[in-house]
Order: sequence, then C-alpha cells, then structure tokens
Amino acid sequence: MKYLDEFRDPERTRRAASAVAAANPGGREFAFMEVCGTHTMAIARYGLKKLLPSNVRLISGPGCPVCVTPKEYVDHAVALARAPGVTVATFGDMMRVPGSSADLLRLQAEGADVRVVYSPREALAVALAEPERTVVFLAVGFETTAPTVAATVAEAAAAGVDNYFVLVAHKLIPPAMQALCAKGDVALDGFLCPAHVSAIIGSRAYDFIPDDYGLPCAVAGFEPVDILQGIYLLLRQYADGGRRVDNQYSRVVKAGGNSRAREVMENVFDVCDSRWRGLGDMPASGLALRGDYARFDAAAAISVDVEPTVPDRGCICGDVLTGAKVPAECSLFGGPCTPEAPVGPCMVSSEGSCAAAFKYDYE
Amino acid sequence: MSDELIQMGHGAGGVQMRRLVSGVFARHFDNAALRDLDDAATLQLPPGKVAFTTDAYVVKPLFFPGGDIGKLAACGTVNDVAVMGAVPKYLAASFTLEEGLPLATLERIVASMAAAAREAKVEVACGDTKVVARGEADGVFITTAGVGVYERGRPARAPLAPGDAVVLSGTVGDHGVAVMVAREQFKLEAAIESDCAPLGELCAVMAEAAPGIKFMRDPTRGGLAAALNEAAAVHGVGIEIHEDKVPVDENVVAVCEILGLDPYFVANEGKVVAVAPAAEAEALVAAMRGHPLGASAAVIGEVVAEPKRVYARTVVGGTRVLEMPFADQLPRIC
Repeated sequence: MKYLDEFRDPERTRRAASAVAAANPGGREFAFMEVCGTHTMAIARYGLKKLLPSNVRLISGPGCPVCVTPKEYVDHAVALARAPGVTVATFGDMMRVPGSSADLLRLQAEGADVRVVYSPREALAVALAEPERTVVFLAVGFETTAPTVAATVAEAAAAGVDNYFVLVAHKLIPPAMQALCAKGDVALDGFLCPAHVSAIIGSRAYDFIPDDYGLPCAVAGFEPVDILQGIYLLLRQYADGGRRVDNQYSRVVKAGGNSRAREVMENVFDVCDSRWRGLGDMPASGLALRGDYARFDAAAAISVDVEPTVPDRGCICGDVLTGAKVPAECSLFGGPCTPEAPVGPCMVSSEGSCAAAFKYDYE
Repeated sequence: MSDELIQMGHGAGGVQMRRLVSGVFARHFDNAALRDLDDAATLQLPPGKVAFTTDAYVVKPLFFPGGDIGKLAACGTVNDVAVMGAVPKYLAASFTLEEGLPLATLERIVASMAAAAREAKVEVACGDTKVVARGEADGVFITTAGVGVYERGRPARAPLAPGDAVVLSGTVGDHGVAVMVAREQFKLEAAIESDCAPLGELCAVMAEAAPGIKFMRDPTRGGLAAALNEAAAVHGVGIEIHEDKVPVDENVVAVCEILGLDPYFVANEGKVVAVAPAAEAEALVAAMRGHPLGASAAVIGEVVAEPKRVYARTVVGGTRVLEMPFADQLPRIC
C-alpha cells in the first residue's frame, strides 16, 4: 500500500526548504512569479508558502490556459455549440467558464452536443466515427497542448477529413513574460519557469529575461521538492550576483526543448498577435492556422452569430493574472465569485489563482 | 434465450413479463417474501423503529472491475441502512430496462445483485419492471429501497466534540476511479477495482467495539471530503485529517494525477468513515482490522473546535481545505 505523500517525500522536502533558508541573503523582500498554473496549484496543494522564509513571496502568473482565454472566445464556443449539427469537444476546464449568457455546461443541459475529451485526438476520433457531425475542438492552451492539436490538424489534412475543425486560442508563454517584464508595474525579482511548457520550448527560450531585464529564471518541476529547489536557484543568483536561466528540471527539460514537437507546431501554426484575458492584446503571443491548414479554422469555416460580449464588472482577474493583485483583494472573491458560481476564469480552472486561493489558502 | 433482447412487451404486464419475472428475477432473488409475487411483500419485523432508505443507480458502464450495477444497487442501499446503525433486512428493487438490452446482460446483473444480497444477508422482497423505448434509458437503471432493524435500539450519536477521532476503514477513491477507467473514453488501463461491498457486518463490528460512535457514513458521491464536510457542518466543528494517514492505492493516485482529480473527492462504495471518542479509537481500529473490509483501518484525523472547516495537514507542514464539492470535478487541461 502506498500513501499519497510517499510521492512527495517529506524528508527531501524539508531538506529542500532548509536549503532555501540557507541560500536566502535576507535584508530585503524577494517576489518571485510562478508563471504556470500547475505550479500555483502545487504550491497551494502542499502549503509550500509556509516553508519559505518570510521575505520570499510567490506571485501567481498568467500560466493558466483557461484563465487567459478571453470571454469572447467562450461566447464564440457557445454560439458554435448552439449551431445545428455541431459537436463541441473540449477539455473539462472550459465547461464552467462563464460566457456572456451561458457556459458550456448550461448548453449541454439545453441539449447541445458538448463533449469533454482528454485530448484533441479524441475529438478527431469523434469526427471520424461520426462523419455526419461537424466537430469543433476548443484549442486552448500553451506550447504544451499546441503540438498535439497541430498533430490532429495535420492528420486530418492528410486523411482528407472535412468535418473536424479547431477554434484556436493558443497562447505562447515567453511573450507574456516579456510583457510582464516590460510593463514594470509589478515588482518582480525573478521567474519560476513552467515545467511542461519548457520541455517543448527549451530553457533557452527564457534567455532574454536575464539578458534584457536582468531578472533570474529557474525552470522547475511540479513536485514540492522541485519547486523549492527552483526557489533556491533563484535566491542563489542573488547570492552569487549572476543572472541566468537555471534548470532544476533537467530530467525532462533540455536547453533546446523538443524540436520535433515544435516542428509539428510550426508546420501547422503561424505566430500571431493575440488577446489575453487580463493582459490585453499582445504582439506575437498567439497561434493561428497557417496556409492550407486555415480551412480547419472553425471561426472561418462555420458561420455563426456570436452574441456581443458583456464585460465583467468588478472582476479583477486581469490584475490577478499579472500578479498586480492577489485574489483576496477582489471585492467578488469568496462572495459573489466562488468555485460554485465563478465570475472570472481564475476561479473556474483548478489551476486558477483564485480557485487555488479559495481552496487552500484559508488562513 | 441466449440472444434474446428486452422488448416493450417485457414490461407490459402480460405473459412475456410474467416469464421475465419468474425466469430471471424470482429465480435469482428467490426468497419467501418474494415467492408469492403479490402486489406487495409481507414482512415480519420486530417491534420498534426501523431504518428505511432508497437510492437510484445509473452507473455507466454497467460492468466495471470489482462490480456492476446490480451489485452496486444491493450494496449501496444496504450500506446506507448499515451506517445508520441498523441491521439491513429487506430490499425492494425496481428495474427500468431499455428496449434492446440483451436478456443475458440483465441476467448477469440480476445474478450479481442476488449474490451481493445474499452476502449482505438481505432479501429482495419485492420489485417492479418497466421497459422504455430504445434511447430513453441507458441499458438498465435500478432503484432500490432498503429496510433495516435497530436490533440494539437506535444509536444515540452524541454531538462531535474537539478531540474525537476520525476513523476510516481503508483506501479512498477506488470505486470512482475504477468506473472512470472502465469508460472506454479514457483509453487508460489500470489494475483498479471498485471497492463495492456490503458494510453491514463491519458496521456491526464497529458499533460493538465503540458504543460511543458519534458519526458513521459511507463516503459515496463526493468522497471522503463530502462526508467529513457533512459531519463538520451538522455539529458546528472543524475536522483535521492527516494526509500521511489516509490510505490511497498507488494506481488510484496515478490515475487521479492524469485526470486531474483529487482522490479525497472520489466516490467509494465499500468504505466507512466514523467519528468516535478518542478513548474508543484504538479498540475501534483494532476491531475493524479484524474484518476483511476494514483491514487497513486507521485513525486519519480528529475533530477540532477551530477553524470550523475540513482541512488536511499536508506532510510538508502545509494545510489545505477540503471544501464541500459542488459538482463533478472537472478534468484539467495540462
């Protein structure tokens, strides 16, 4: 018999926490941003903030795919789900993200064909098995999910599939980090870089951050020991005066990343400007289907009337996503906005800062 | 009858239905109360209070490792009676069948349900069958009702107080994860069996070992977290559990990580969680471990005065709140 925590070795976690304390130069506050939502969740899940020195603060970043997907996108997905003959296939996180008039769970209850899938491959399989349906996969996510979506589009093109489409809202992590550095209104002292995204793009992709902005970076895995070691590496750069991208997660992440995955992605997608919820329009921060693959774009291929998007009142997800504010500073937090009745996407996704704060940080 | 299918006539009250009832239901469930096939069963109950409950079963798929909808329909209702402190005696079983269901499938389900009822020492005393047109149900839905007798009187169940021990009979999350893996959608393979089992005996053993038991629940939908939240809310206390004391099968952990689920929120069908005075905890755990269904029983936490929430202490010294779940856990993206 195994216990949950055998996978998170307490002794090693304690040792890693001691190493963080030993590396802490003290004398000032350090604010590090964990960019990725999975880090946010793991930090909350294990109560890691309690193990950090009091002058080390962690700020949650924009790395939750659902959270940065604009509301207009949800409205578009809802419109597609309402269209006759259309099946919308989606990762489960998207189901409860509120659109202007409805979320996808509501659409499902109304009789729309909305299916939760675990991979885009499953969505393509639905299209192949049910040729009479028009299947739209909601392609949200970062560099981790984009290659798998690209692979299904390439496969559909090769097989001449004409009833599989994707509604693309893929986002790229480094441009968002660059925007945060350039904005400068959030005091940041370094980045804990994502684990899985880095496996694709490589640790080298963050070189511009120490080079251009003088901020340390550390790529770290998702287990408690990984995260603490990542924070240790960030503090160590302050001790030794160097500025670089350290890679704690070298068992998975290489400097050059996964070139095959990137190749698949680059064959199918072009980099484009993209709108991020909370961050606004950012140049070269998203993906769009390129060349002949554009025919798989659900937005272009399937004509639907999308309702005008109603902006959220009082929701500060944007400030939460940039680390400018913490969830508890939102007037909706825990009152009108809870995981049961989310207003903003940060409360919906299990990886959202607000959901993490609501579920775990009660003290 | 090997390739026979359920037809609308099997629910029409005529000869076809009569054959189904006597050939399948009465044959497998056979007992004195059912044998008359009257409009209602006549039961012999001792004087005093009885426990009475009902539950509907709509699990998909119908068969999963460790059980099936029939076994579940017997065990689930038996367990609801057992955790009340009553001895389960009788079940009623109502079957909603979808036209086109293979009769052989129904028979497998009924045989399994009958076996579970025998193991639980209950009789299926009465029942009903309806057939709906193809597409109007999903194979089989079963609704059962159960009656249990408080042979030692109805337990008093004092309010929870700080210091009381929280005791769990074994691993959590097995049933829910086994069913999810059995859904072909996930293309996952894992050696995980549902824990579906009748808890009457174990509950009786527990009541004997710890007469002061204050709360007993089978943590089904919503899992351990929902059951503990109910206990805490009713009595206006908090509950702290220790993650390093809560047993979880390693395969369940692995699947939960892939699907983005928390095993503490996943359904169980053969587990019991109880709160007892600290002084009785040791004897309670020892007695539970003497029963096959309680072999890995343990004290997993305690009742606290503040905060009035259910939370887990993580092994690295943090805490996390186990909220009352709202709906299904939503699978995550990455």
